Amino acid sequence: MENLVYAIILLPLAGFIINGLFGKNLPKMFVGSLATLVVFASFVITTSLFFSFNNDSAPVVIKAFEWFRVNGIQVNFGFQVDQLSLMMVMIITGIGSLIHLYSIGYMSHDKGFYKFFTYLNLFIFSMLLLVLGSNYLILFIGWEGVGLCSYLLIGFWYTNEEYGKAARKAFIMNRIGDLGLLIGIFAIAAHVNAIDYLSVAQNASSFELDGTPIIFITACLFIGATGKSAQVPLYTWLPDAMAGPTPVSALIHAATMVTAGIYLVVRSNFLFVLAPTVQDGILLIGFLTAALAGFYALRQNDIKKVLAYSTVSQLGFMFIALGLGAYSTAMFHVMTHAFFKALLFLGAGSVIHAMSNEQDMRFMGGLKKYIPITHITFLIGTLAISGFPLLSGMISKDEILVAAFAKNPIYWVMLFILAAITATYMFRLYYLTFHGEFRGTEDQKHHLHESPTNMTLPLIVLAVLSVVGGFINLPHFIGHGHYAKLMDWLKPALTEESFKQMENTLSGVPFNTEMILLGATVLMFFTVWFFVRNTYVKKQKRALPEESYTGWEKLSAKKLFVDEIYNAMIIRPFEEAGKAALMFEKVILDPIVNFIGLGAADSGRAAKRLQNGNVENYVLIMSLAVGIVLIVNFLLK
Amino acid sequence: MEYFIILSTVLFCLGVLGVLLRKNAIVILGCVELMLNSVNLLLAAFSAYSGDGNGQLLVFFIMVVAAAEVAVGLAIIAMMYRNTKSVDVSIFNKLRG
Amino acid sequence: MDQILFFIVAFLAIASAVYFVFAKNPMYAILSLIVTMFSIAGMYILLNAQFLGIVQIIVYTGAIMVLFLYILMMLNLNKEDESKKENLPKFVGIFSVCILFVGMLGAYKGLSGTTVAESNIDYSVGLTKNLGRLLFNEYVLPFELASILILAGIVGAVLIGKKDL
Repeated sequence: MENLVYAIILLPLAGFIINGLFGKNLPKMFVGSLATLVVFASFVITTSLFFSFNNDSAPVVIKAFEWFRVNGIQVNFGFQVDQLSLMMVMIITGIGSLIHLYSIGYMSHDKGFYKFFTYLNLFIFSMLLLVLGSNYLILFIGWEGVGLCSYLLIGFWYTNEEYGKAARKAFIMNRIGDLGLLIGIFAIAAHVNAIDYLSVAQNASSFELDGTPIIFITACLFIGATGKSAQVPLYTWLPDAMAGPTPVSALIHAATMVTAGIYLVVRSNFLFVLAPTVQDGILLIGFLTAALAGFYALRQNDIKKVLAYSTVSQLGFMFIALGLGAYSTAMFHVMTHAFFKALLFLGAGSVIHAMSNEQDMRFMGGLKKYIPITHITFLIGTLAISGFPLLSGMISKDEILVAAFAKNPIYWVMLFILAAITATYMFRLYYLTFHGEFRGTEDQKHHLHESPTNMTLPLIVLAVLSVVGGFINLPHFIGHGHYAKLMDWLKPALTEESFKQMENTLSGVPFNTEMILLGATVLMFFTVWFFVRNTYVKKQKRALPEESYTGWEKLSAKKLFVDEIYNAMIIRPFEEAGKAALMFEKVILDPIVNFIGLGAADSGRAAKRLQNGNVENYVLIMSLAVGIVLIVNFLLK
Repeated sequence: MEYFIILSTVLFCLGVLGVLLRKNAIVILGCVELMLNSVNLLLAAFSAYSGDGNGQLLVFFIMVVAAAEVAVGLAIIAMMYRNTKSVDVSIFNKLRG
Repeated sequence: MDQILFFIVAFLAIASAVYFVFAKNPMYAILSLIVTMFSIAGMYILLNAQFLGIVQIIVYTGAIMVLFLYILMMLNLNKEDESKKENLPKFVGIFSVCILFVGMLGAYKGLSGTTVAESNIDYSVGLTKNLGRLLFNEYVLPFELASILILAGIVGAVLIGKKDL
């Protein structure tokens, strides 16, 4: 088992090293295939491991080596294989290999082809470290690694200044969150004297319920999750991160990196279950994020930006689930979201590829005739995210809704409205892109073509997964929880209290009520679909340029001016402080340092005058000195 | 006894004064001789007053050395004159820094 | 009697030394230096350092001063005028000599209690016989080396004075 785990992690690393060192000189096909194959190999190995685990298998900790020992805390470099990490690894490597395959086609014309795959492999490696680590420190290593790869990949086309800024923005916002995570880890180490998951879980009972230490720790961990998973207030980097190539957006910002925050919270369930206050906080932030992002998405014109805000909103949904204590629900939604969001992004990439790199929806339209496969798969993705009955998205979202209702019916109402908004902007996106008349230039029309197979194949696979992926975890009321496979499967990864809390939440709603809620959701879906179809197809409503919106639409299109607020309140003061420091250095520090240098030169020049070659002078000084020495010695002593 | 010391000191200081004030190389050499003589005087006085013959022997050796030194020094001054037609010490400032 | 003699000779020595330092004409300066040498020889006699007194007259006055006169006359510097010396170095020089003088006197401060009484002075130290005995018993090696030193001086002087090396 150990060797398999090492292989899972080291294969992408090997791909990174080989492609990084030699990729420039190798043929493109080789580079792309190698990168894809290593990730796919990791996936295959993970699948075999997956089948050797069942509902009751205990977590397996593999210790690679003893890392260091500090003040009684022993930190090992090791990996923990349990149901939770296996699930994440399957998602990462599975979707990762699909996206690698897609990238071979998408990036085939790019000069930095080998670099792209190098970074992708490095990203997969870091992400695997993150989810497979056996203690918080290894998680942090992976955390930083994916932050780095995110920076490298967002700013991949580095010659463009704007993309570079977006990459820096992502990295810096991540960093702010990382500080929270780090402080949280330190606090855990200080309290529990250990940082590996099993030890902390065992000693978690030493914390008092809702006491200050545990609130502090979990709040810090949550701040880290906020930065990585783009919650309020650290979410503005994700839409800007769309500057990177579309496969990057699909992999990093839809399927994997942004879910690291969720993974962190689920992994630390033994801590969060002891701090109900923080859980309420998570709930609040999740709602806020989901609402704000959904609002923005209603009036964005860039196809990728809509999907970006959709991601932020869906992440908000996942955090709502975490705030309600429904850990397996959150993981379920992570999985289904990975499927359909990756599908949507790859589909968008296909559209952009067909439109000769045009991303603005105002110039699209009627594409369903020209790119059929993309159209069908994109439609499936849209239906999944909006909640078409029996598709994966509906099942996972419905579970969140049920959990919200169990806590407080008001939450259900708010979530219901948010789900409606989700459906609205997704269908708007779909209809503007694929229906109606083509609104682009003649040139673009000539270039419209379906993508090559290596791009459409992943689309098809992901579409299938989006359809069937929900059946692994049917809601509780069907078969009395017999089919709630995921919840049972994840049981060993959670502590007793967490599992009890989750079970109470999810089975707390009586059968009839659940049926009514389910019916309401389905009804809402069809209503929204009909309504949006009416607006954009029958009434032919068009998207306008951002500036010409008014009222609430303007607020939506301008993202509530949050970016501008951040700029004015936070970035400008830093810049001014930097300028002041520069001024300080120029005016004060430089002259002082130069003065010292000049002083040395000047004193040297003065001393030079002593040596005038005049012998009489020398004798004079000698005798003077002798006289003074004599006086000092004999008269003043 | 003290008078010998004072006399010797005065002669020595006169010699130093001469070295500092004069510019003629030969006169400067003569001042050096004056200094040596004052030291000889002091040594002889101390030797006589303490009954130790070593002091006067040292004076003898000092005289030997002074003789040799004057010979060589004057040869150098002769060379100086031959090259620059003057014995002024202030023209020798080639060791400028 | 001794005291009066001492003061006369001392006065002569100092006077001629002063004239030597301040004379404009180098010829007159050297001549007054000769007078100084003679007076110092007189001092030696007063101390009963007979050998030294004779050697002073023979070697110092007879050889070294004569050599000075030879060179002086050979360079024909009789009427030479020295270039004016600037004021500042002169004053500093005088000042430093005064400091030197005061310092040296300070060095003799602690000596007042160690002078030997007149009656205990052994005047036989300066006799040639005694000096000779001391020289050839204990100081033989320095004596021989002194002769080598003089040889070196001779060779050096000749070499330096050659026209073509």
